Amino acid sequence: MEEIIQKVKNLSVGFKSQKGDEISILKNITTNIKKGETVGIVGESGSGKSTLALAMMGYVKQGLYTMEGECVFNSSNLLNMSNRELEKIRGRKIAMIPQNAGQSLTPNLKIGYQIDEALKLHTNLNKNERDKKISELLNKVRLPSPETIALRYPHELSGGQQQRVAVGMALAGNPDLLLLDEPTTGLDVTTQAHVLELLNFIAKDTGTSMVYVSHDLGAIAQVSDRIIVMYSGEIVLEGPARDILKKPIHPYTYGLLKSIPKLSLAGLPDSMPGSQPQPGAKTKGCSFYDRCNLAEDKCKKNSPNLEYVGEFKTRVRCFNYKKLIEQKSEKQSNIKRNEKNIKINEILNLTDVSISYAKQKLLDQILNKITDTNPTVKDINIDINKGETIALVGESGSGKSTILKSIAGLLRTKEGNIKFDQDRVLSNDLKKRNSSDLRAIQLIFQNPDESLNPNHTVEEILAQPLKLYFGLSGEELKNNIIELLEKVRLGKFYMARYPRQLSGGEKQRVAVARAFAAKPDIILCDEVTSALDVSVQAAVLNLLQKLKEDFGTTYIFVSHDLAVVRAISDRVAVLYQGRLCEIGPSKNVYKFPSHPYTEVLLGAVLEPDPDIKPKLVAEDIVEDKPPEKGCCFQGRCPRFLGDKCKNETPPWQIGDNGNAIRCHINIKDLEKKQNGN
Amino acid sequence: MEINKVSDFKKKSIFFKVSEVLVTMASKPSGFIGLSILVFHILLAFLSPYLAPYDFKAIDPTLMLQAPSSEYWFGTDSLGRDVFTRTIMGGRTALTITFFGSLIALLWGGLLGIFCGLVGGKIDDVVMRVVDAFLSIPWILAMLLIVSLLGTSTEVLIPALGFFYGKGIVRVARAATHDVIAKDFIVSARARGHSNLSIIWNEIIPNVRDAILVEGAMRWSWMLLGFSSLSFLGFGVSPPTPDWGLMISNARGLMSFAYWAVIAPIVGLSSLIIGINLTADAFAKALGIDRSTKAPV
Repeated sequence: MEEIIQKVKNLSVGFKSQKGDEISILKNITTNIKKGETVGIVGESGSGKSTLALAMMGYVKQGLYTMEGECVFNSSNLLNMSNRELEKIRGRKIAMIPQNAGQSLTPNLKIGYQIDEALKLHTNLNKNERDKKISELLNKVRLPSPETIALRYPHELSGGQQQRVAVGMALAGNPDLLLLDEPTTGLDVTTQAHVLELLNFIAKDTGTSMVYVSHDLGAIAQVSDRIIVMYSGEIVLEGPARDILKKPIHPYTYGLLKSIPKLSLAGLPDSMPGSQPQPGAKTKGCSFYDRCNLAEDKCKKNSPNLEYVGEFKTRVRCFNYKKLIEQKSEKQSNIKRNEKNIKINEILNLTDVSISYAKQKLLDQILNKITDTNPTVKDINIDINKGETIALVGESGSGKSTILKSIAGLLRTKEGNIKFDQDRVLSNDLKKRNSSDLRAIQLIFQNPDESLNPNHTVEEILAQPLKLYFGLSGEELKNNIIELLEKVRLGKFYMARYPRQLSGGEKQRVAVARAFAAKPDIILCDEVTSALDVSVQAAVLNLLQKLKEDFGTTYIFVSHDLAVVRAISDRVAVLYQGRLCEIGPSKNVYKFPSHPYTEVLLGAVLEPDPDIKPKLVAEDIVEDKPPEKGCCFQGRCPRFLGDKCKNETPPWQIGDNGNAIRCHINIKDLEKKQNGN
Repeated sequence: MEINKVSDFKKKSIFFKVSEVLVTMASKPSGFIGLSILVFHILLAFLSPYLAPYDFKAIDPTLMLQAPSSEYWFGTDSLGRDVFTRTIMGGRTALTITFFGSLIALLWGGLLGIFCGLVGGKIDDVVMRVVDAFLSIPWILAMLLIVSLLGTSTEVLIPALGFFYGKGIVRVARAATHDVIAKDFIVSARARGHSNLSIIWNEIIPNVRDAILVEGAMRWSWMLLGFSSLSFLGFGVSPPTPDWGLMISNARGLMSFAYWAVIAPIVGLSSLIIGINLTADAFAKALGIDRSTKAPV
């Protein structure tokens, strides 16, 4: 029998509402963490996964309290301990790695000092030993030249490096249990893959048990031995990672896995209807009842228990899980997108667009001299056809949002022009654009919490473009708003609601409706799904696709999520440091990536499948500035040629598959090399 | 979630919202006390001419400095006037002038602050430096100058006080605007091509309104104190109009043997200021602006 390191028994955590009702966030959780294993806790926002992880280190957020149950660590209940007693355990026995290392490191203390502080607190080493230990720890988390890193301030490190430092600090006290709360969520794809690989290495190397909390099944799949799926404060499925990912026997997990877009599958994923019940919502019966397609009358009346299945490894909370076991493992097929709508009329042409954030000096302005020779975005040439969905992908800092803003007129281009409808050059200055040009291009933002005015009702939000562009009022305005709401599958009952009364998915639908209210030709989508839960994301993607087919709208879709881009786009443009690397039809770019950067990016994508491991081809370096000359990707390129790449701007080459790449290496050779890998 | 009842999500009328805020304010002891004091003073200001037992300007040398008695509840002052009558009427002018003064301060300070926050750049720089320059002038000196040049009429006092107390609101309004200006709904309105005026009216004001109102309420109590100081110095209300500042000033020399003539107006003034402050505090809490909580752990 393996040694159990932490036992969670009948744990319920909740809060008292203003009316005095007890509302539980965690309901009767029972589980064990064994020595040396990595447990992934997965769930959508509001499922209680972070609350559970915090309870495991004896911490309950302010306003919450333990209603029942215990967290037993080393045969004592953490939730009954005083702060004094907990101090001896936290950091030494149980350590935590937070989501945003940049915010959890003290900005005005050097890295070395901060690790030293942790060591002083948790170990009895003397100064010399501590110094040695600091470089040892930094070495362990694979930071280059630990001595120099220790002398730096947190802001001098990249996000990935900060996260590594946080891992190092957590290891300072040699903990038995490591809690990780979404540790890679804010990181770029390639960095994320590297950090996960590091965590895997540390788990093996030190034998530390880990609890990995994430909403991202892709990341969970890479690190976990066992997975706990949470829904609405309950464990709905628990079992070995492989079983759960390959053959999920709870309808929620099944639906969740189906709604994740995958690199290997073209087309849009299935979406799950509805949303998670609010905490405190009256629940009789199964909490997943409303969204379940296996639901029966029984599910509405009684809530199922967490039952053991098979060889006592898996537990599931469902009456009908047998149906899912019996179900033949069908090959997943996504919804095919209708691609016939694309006409070969160009609607938007970006010619030699450069954008710079640097301010020009007054003298240079007068002399019309260009001072910034190395602008943030440079030489962007893209022709966009009517009715297509073109995606701009790249990591943070690749200039994708910058390009979007300049198309919308929010940022001035420094050079080049943006032509609309083949003949009209769009003005650089938003105020000089005429009303029909403004109407033609609409934006949808990443975070609907920020893009909808919290003090306006849905009706007022949707009325704005209708009044501005079409001068509607009275009954006509109202009918138009209702029509819009129905188009995005929200009823007219939503009109008088405020954004705070809507769920994340509903808010984004309102934002979509607002963009379509203008009857635009082009919609710029800026990371529109990255603030949403996976199951909601699929629904929004499907909605966007449907609206596009109905109205023939052109989408320019910016995302860092390559799988989402794969699902929705017809064409992909890959950007690095504000320069185009590769552009081509998405099926070809994903099947035959040619540019080394595309290869690196695609290799790092995490799939919710334990058998597909990310390929780490390039070093995990973050550049904050594009190189002055030569190829933009020279600093990280796994196929770096030397001086040629450093000094000469690579030429465009067009491959047989229709991809155009910018590289010194012959495109045919590149394709061969990548297939060889 | 089922949404079948339209009535659940009807847009609430402004009266409903105001009453909701008032109920929230009164549900906490401090807010209840503050509101009660304020309402009491406002009622008194309206009703005191009808409640006053004596004429406020009736001088009677035979009744000089009478101690409080059943006839003259708060005693009489050095000119034989009834202190009770003068105390309950003493807040009228101060309350009216400072109320309209703070409205003016709110309007110009709020709008200028929002405008500066929105346009930014050079205009913002210039305006804010001018505001800073004004902030550095001791207001009481400037007020004395204005009053001695233009007189102490209400038409002079209201705009003058409104101007001097609006400067601080400019900063608050500008900071509040900076909080919302970076949000995507403003970017979205800009990208749609709305005019600056429409952005201010539709997008910014609903989001900064609360912060500015609370600031205005706080300024009101400061202005009240400032106005009473002016009266105390003889530059506010002209006699024989009853006014707390003036009453304190007149009776302060006799404090050692006729304390009642000083204490009554002091209680009047300080209770009103405390009342306004408590109300403004409760107002901020009811609107959710003041979220001061303990740090976690």
